[in-house]
Amino acid sequence: MSEYDGLPGDWELVVGLEVHVELATATKLFSASPNRFGDEPNTNIDPVTLGLPGALPVLNERAVELAMRIGAALNCTIQPCTFHRKNYFYPDMPKAYQISQYDQPLNVDGYLDLPNGVRVGIERAHMEEDAGKSTHVGGSGGRVHGATYSLIDLNRAGVPLVEIVSRPDIRSADDARAYVNELRGILVAIGASDAKMEEGSMRVDANVSVRKPGTPLGTRCEIKNVNSVRSVGRAIEYEARRQIDLIEGGDVVRQQTRHWDEGDGRTHTLRNKEDADDYRYFLEPDLVPLAPSPEWIAKVKASLPMLPAARRARLAEASGQAANSEAVTIVVERGQDDYVLAVAAAGGDCARALVYVKEAFADSPNVAAADVAALTQMEVSGAITATQAKTVLAELVANGGGDPAAIAAKHGFEAIDTSEIERFVDQALAEDPDAWQKFCGGDGKAMGALVGLVMKASKGKADGKAVTASLQQRRNAIR
Amino acid sequence: MTDSAARESATAIAAGVRTGARKAVDVVEQNLAAIADRESEIHAFNLVMADEARADAVRVDALVAAGQDPGPLAGVTVALKDNMCTRGIPTTCSSKILEGWRPPYDATVVRALRDAGAIFVGKTNLDEFAMGSSTENSAFGPTRNPHDTSRVPGGSSGGSAASVAAGFSQVSFGSDTGGSIRQPAALCGVVGVKPTYGYVSRYGLIAFSSSLDQIGPFTNSVEDAALMLDVIGGHDPMDSTSIPQAHPSLRDAMQQDVAGLRIGRITDLPEGADPDVVERVEVAFDTLRAAGAKIVDVQVPAFTFGLTAYYLIAPAEASSNLARYDGVRYGLRVEASDTNAMYGATRAAGFGEEVKRRIMLGTYALSAGYYDAYYGKALKVRRLISDDFERAYQHADALVLPTSPSVAFKFGDKGDNPLAMYLCDTYTIPSNLSGQPGMSVPFGTGAHGLPVGVQVLAGTLQESNMFRVAAALERGLS
Amino acid sequence: MPESVRITPEVAAKVAHLARLDIAPDELVRMTAQLDGMLEHFADMDALDLSSVEPMTQAFPLVNVLRPDVVQPGLDRDEVLAAAPAAEDGRFRVPPIVGSEL
Repeated sequence: MSEYDGLPGDWELVVGLEVHVELATATKLFSASPNRFGDEPNTNIDPVTLGLPGALPVLNERAVELAMRIGAALNCTIQPCTFHRKNYFYPDMPKAYQISQYDQPLNVDGYLDLPNGVRVGIERAHMEEDAGKSTHVGGSGGRVHGATYSLIDLNRAGVPLVEIVSRPDIRSADDARAYVNELRGILVAIGASDAKMEEGSMRVDANVSVRKPGTPLGTRCEIKNVNSVRSVGRAIEYEARRQIDLIEGGDVVRQQTRHWDEGDGRTHTLRNKEDADDYRYFLEPDLVPLAPSPEWIAKVKASLPMLPAARRARLAEASGQAANSEAVTIVVERGQDDYVLAVAAAGGDCARALVYVKEAFADSPNVAAADVAALTQMEVSGAITATQAKTVLAELVANGGGDPAAIAAKHGFEAIDTSEIERFVDQALAEDPDAWQKFCGGDGKAMGALVGLVMKASKGKADGKAVTASLQQRRNAIR
Repeated sequence: MTDSAARESATAIAAGVRTGARKAVDVVEQNLAAIADRESEIHAFNLVMADEARADAVRVDALVAAGQDPGPLAGVTVALKDNMCTRGIPTTCSSKILEGWRPPYDATVVRALRDAGAIFVGKTNLDEFAMGSSTENSAFGPTRNPHDTSRVPGGSSGGSAASVAAGFSQVSFGSDTGGSIRQPAALCGVVGVKPTYGYVSRYGLIAFSSSLDQIGPFTNSVEDAALMLDVIGGHDPMDSTSIPQAHPSLRDAMQQDVAGLRIGRITDLPEGADPDVVERVEVAFDTLRAAGAKIVDVQVPAFTFGLTAYYLIAPAEASSNLARYDGVRYGLRVEASDTNAMYGATRAAGFGEEVKRRIMLGTYALSAGYYDAYYGKALKVRRLISDDFERAYQHADALVLPTSPSVAFKFGDKGDNPLAMYLCDTYTIPSNLSGQPGMSVPFGTGAHGLPVGVQVLAGTLQESNMFRVAAALERGLS
Repeated sequence: MPESVRITPEVAAKVAHLARLDIAPDELVRMTAQLDGMLEHFADMDALDLSSVEPMTQAFPLVNVLRPDVVQPGLDRDEVLAAAPAAEDGRFRVPPIVGSEL
């Protein structure tokens, strides 16, 4: 279900995403300082990080390997590549150039399939170094604008990044959000990054334009500072509406870089394209080309774990649920799918196990799969009701396991048999004939009242499903 | 002109100190005496490290006394061009922008020399950021040529060349980007070597042009130069462009004579060398022929375009390498109302005119709309030159040519025309572009009785051939 | 591509800004003339046919130079900040920032 309103009229949204992820290495991209979030400012520094005169970069092998894993997971071609210098002055960029990949990136031409089947092309996924962090003092809200001075922490400078650039294949805010979620799941699964947007280890910039279907691409704006998965969609939709308003008002969209403000829910101009720096890219003479051997590439590909899409498909098949259903998506996202399958393997009902795990376990389950398997069997066989099963499960979770049958017995749980249910239903109809009339007249809510009466009379031992079935059967008989 | 005792062979001194036959403290005092005598006149140094040198000498002698070996350079006094980082010791590049800066780390070369028992006597003057051919571009005043103090010592490593020529140190080290070791070596009458690119680590060498810079020694003899490269050469994992292999001992290699070697004479060499220099080069060919070498004609047609390629590539890289001097983390800062104003004011105050000119030239050559016409083309010319050398080395084992078009010139001689100064590098630049080794060997005197250097070039990692030829020239002279 | 693309004071001013060099107007005029003189000399390479020549960017061709992902001791913050023009609160202090982040 969409959280977003969509675009008015027949406007089409065109989005490409540039996602920066910090790689989960021990050290920086070009030096042996720790790559670690949250340390005291300027404690992870060395001559290279500081851009000291005479310091030279040496490429981190693990960073290359993780970047290759990203390329492989995104179905890219992994190719020989080079590093360039991107020259610009900014106080958190110590050498006054960023070492980045330019016209020969490591990974090109891949794709990512969203859970809903939409395929988003990946143009490239290249390596580069991160900048340091500026803290602006004296302005409003820590913004650079209006600050009286700034403080520079270089712990993050030189941290390895991979920038994943999608093609402009995304057509809705929901798909943009799904793309970010899916990408995040892949990055975590392959161990390339912890991909935490809130810590900045995953950062999303969105290139947004609008057009009428079938017409050429419109002028795009790049939206920066999108700091959560949720705001990806919000920012895109705001920006698209802003562009539509401009065009419908007879104005034109100017190519700009814009800043998403989470507070006021708007994008603001950062700079116009014509103000863009001249970065004077040239091949980094302090580094040599990187050309991963076919053997290395094959090794990286072979070492990839099962990716979220395949895990969802596997779980969907085992549980009989749709691959893009909420339960399947969430359980795979939490990495609990292996557990659900283990419950099934222990003789449990996979569909019930999926629901139990989704509902009862926030992270990795602490209950033996066999215990949960036994519980699903008790419910499926009708020995206890779904409501009772939920109570038993809660106790299993609280105790870190146990015998579900014993717990059910302790609570006096047993599903009452059909004839008894029919008796309770008779009672309920007698008690509230009004509700019965309404139910027969098609008022769904009235059924709730009747079920409630049965539950009350049976002290919760009646199986809700059986009660509902009985009521529906009786109504159908009248009709 | 110089205390001859101070211009001793480093090889002999190391041998003497290692056996205890000589004391390192005596060696150091001898050099410090020469410095006391003439440094005020020469200005070879930005910093004389007398106290440190004395303390190091005591340490070296103590090791010998304790029966330990201080290393192959035991007691050898060394001057370092002031663009090599020395931990805790000011390293300025002869620029106001780095005045007073003390690096928190040592260059790999510095560490290798110290580990070999060498004793540092000082940091030598240079053209600011190694940009120049006369040492006149130093922010701290020029160095004077010990042979004639009205003349330049050459550059950019003028202070290092002068230090050895004046007997201030037995050896010194410089960096050569377009001739900055070989040209001052020629003008000061000492041996100067630029090895193959990647032979010596650049870690801790303050970059001028990363794809061209290479560290090398100044010495009194070819043998000393071989010893120095044997100590500082080799792979360094801190420098990605360092060649990952061990190099054969040049001291061993140079023992072999030149009989049968093919020495190339470049027939299409750009004109412009003075007759006295040309004459000495002819004598060099005669000497080598007499020693059994075969002189062959070779062509290097693109040689003449070296100057253009170099003065686009080197400034382009420099414009990026020198962008880090922004007043944020170290060095000079001129306070201003915002960062851009601070950068502009700091860099305007901190850099001298030649550095600014080259930053401008390099920035221009890389900027949008001009890249292809200048920088991009220069890279292709570089390839042509490299290919031409490759072909020449199929016919010759080494090439012999002038190092500098002239003997040492007078201060201010090149006037206000930067190009006139750039032409000093005509004969040295091409081997930086090709990445191949070159060295200058003092070979008699020319006009005004001033030293003339003859340049020997060889193919990639063919230092052995180059040293054999250099040694033959040295023998031929004596 | 014109035979020789030469430099004007306006272009020089733009270049000076890109390089963050404050250069006084009269100095800029003089420097433009010097740069123009150099560029004129550099036009000698226009005589070469470079169409099929590969650019050369490495003096010695190496590939795949990599470092193990192992932490090594770094620099001491206090020592580094003591050498900085201005520091505060464990960080480098700079005047208000203009220009654009990545």
